[in-house]
Amino acid sequence: MEAHVATPGGAPSIFEGAPGARAADRVFRSVLTALALGILALIVFFFVFLVVKANPALSRFGIFGFTFNNDWDVSRSTYGAWPLLVGTLITSGIALIIGVPVAIATALYINELCPRRLRGPLTVLVELLAAVPSVVYGLWGFLVLVPKLKGAQQSLADTFGFLPFVGGHVAGPSYFIAGLILAIMILPIVSAISREVMSTVPADHKEAALALGATRWEMIRTAVLPYSRSGVVGGAMLGLGRAIGETIAVTLVVGNAPQIGKSLFDQGYTLAAVIVNEFGEAATDRLHTGALIAAGLVLFVLTLLVNAAARALVSRAERRQRATGGAVPAGAAAAARVGA
Amino acid sequence: MTGDGFAASQTAAAAGEHGLSRSPQTRRPLVAQAPSASARPTKAARRVRLEGLDAYYGDNHALRGLDLEFEPNKVTAIIGPSGCGKSTMIRCINRMHEEIPGARAEGKVCLDQVDVYDPSVNVVAVRRAIGMVFQKPNPFPTMSIFDNVASGIRLSGASRADLRDRVERALRGAGLWDEVKDRLAEPGIGLSGGQQQRLCIARTMAVDPEVLLMDEPCSALDPIATLKVEELLADLKQRVTVVLVTHNMQQAARVADSTAFLLDGELVEVGATDEMFTQPKDSRTEDYVTGKFG
Repeated sequence: MEAHVATPGGAPSIFEGAPGARAADRVFRSVLTALALGILALIVFFFVFLVVKANPALSRFGIFGFTFNNDWDVSRSTYGAWPLLVGTLITSGIALIIGVPVAIATALYINELCPRRLRGPLTVLVELLAAVPSVVYGLWGFLVLVPKLKGAQQSLADTFGFLPFVGGHVAGPSYFIAGLILAIMILPIVSAISREVMSTVPADHKEAALALGATRWEMIRTAVLPYSRSGVVGGAMLGLGRAIGETIAVTLVVGNAPQIGKSLFDQGYTLAAVIVNEFGEAATDRLHTGALIAAGLVLFVLTLLVNAAARALVSRAERRQRATGGAVPAGAAAAARVGA
Repeated sequence: MTGDGFAASQTAAAAGEHGLSRSPQTRRPLVAQAPSASARPTKAARRVRLEGLDAYYGDNHALRGLDLEFEPNKVTAIIGPSGCGKSTMIRCINRMHEEIPGARAEGKVCLDQVDVYDPSVNVVAVRRAIGMVFQKPNPFPTMSIFDNVASGIRLSGASRADLRDRVERALRGAGLWDEVKDRLAEPGIGLSGGQQQRLCIARTMAVDPEVLLMDEPCSALDPIATLKVEELLADLKQRVTVVLVTHNMQQAARVADSTAFLLDGELVEVGATDEMFTQPKDSRTEDYVTGKFG
């Protein structure tokens, strides 16, 4: 667009913009490009750094050996991350099982059932849960939940002892307590996303259900839940990502025993907890440091996988909606973006 | 069947305890019915009578003391300019009005003898007895064609055994069966707008209502789809009382047995459709139907 357009009398054509504006445009564009590239470079650098620093451990045990070997013993310099990986999966799994139903119920209550005047305050209260520092959750779990719930856990373990991974001795700190704390910690985000998604359910659909003679619960089941399902799943995955990466609260209540616990109420360890606990003592030991960083790498890959799965789930739901000519539930799209 | 809970004996209704609750065992139908060949008793259309109906949105007084009667097995059209309270009025009949935050209604809406606003009346049973079709086709987007029609039947807790038959009957009743019988498992929102609206009619009729409310059902449809819905009305009124809100006066003239004209939340005139359009008694009606305003 730099070509000059001849005009009678040599006056500047309206097709020539002010040169200053063009320059600003170009600067703006290159600055943004540089920033975007910078973020990309940071991620690549981050990954490379982890791999290089983890190399001593990875080359000694092999990637598979390190990840799947059920033996983490600092005194013998043997590092297999399997008990940590399993601990991370168990605690986050418990968090999902307990936290997601409560979060969905909270979202439903706030959106569909509670008096309108309570809606604002309740939303703020739930979101306030996210403002509590995680170390405080950890302390509360350790000082309150662990002693108070010991009896309840023991009676649960005794009553349902016939189930696998339930019966037996109850340790104070345990997978279960860690999962419970994590459930409380993921509640705000899962509930906020669910609420957001549910508020995009068109009034048309809700009225359709009510006019058919649906009770409030039937209306929720027929109109609200199916429509918001993909978004809620996306929210749960985000919660899972948070639970997997949570460090300090879990460290305080999981017991920090580097073997796979025999039951739900046994002590264990997680990837994040082991890193924060052992990093100080590992400073002079290259192998130990490498093992911890490799544990970080495993954690990184795990969260990457969870996020990818969440995105895949949500975008599959979107494609299905598009294929049928329907509008994409806005909430699902939003959850996909947040999840990215 | 739970949906039959609406049927109340006249004496019980007179005694002030009527059958809009969901305990059907002891209720006898209001209108005596001949034993039907089908397993399911078909229900009779009912007379709907509004008595001194007022409706509010917060402080906004949208309907002012409406008295109006809808004959069973007839189509009554409600016409009037935008904002005159047409939609509000029919949403008061099946108590959907109160779903809007801040909205409330006063007065009586009687279904034969039973006031649907009576405190002892179960709102869910009211909506089962009084079906509604909305302005915009609103099939459930996550459900197949079959499930859309079945959704209302499933809600009423009816036996699953004859579900397929009832869905087929409802789709035939909406003139949609031949168009969709080979793709019942496909999503309802894959249909065209007109088909979607007939799907919604099938969904509503599948639960055997006694009254059918239609809130400008053709305003989002093209002329051919509109024609199909209008043709349906002649069949539908054999089974139910039809209340049709429309802003299309030609439509009212084509399909309605009687027509009511609303203005600013008040009833101006009601009468047989031909009289309303040829020799209205009120000058405002004449101005409206001849296109002087609205």
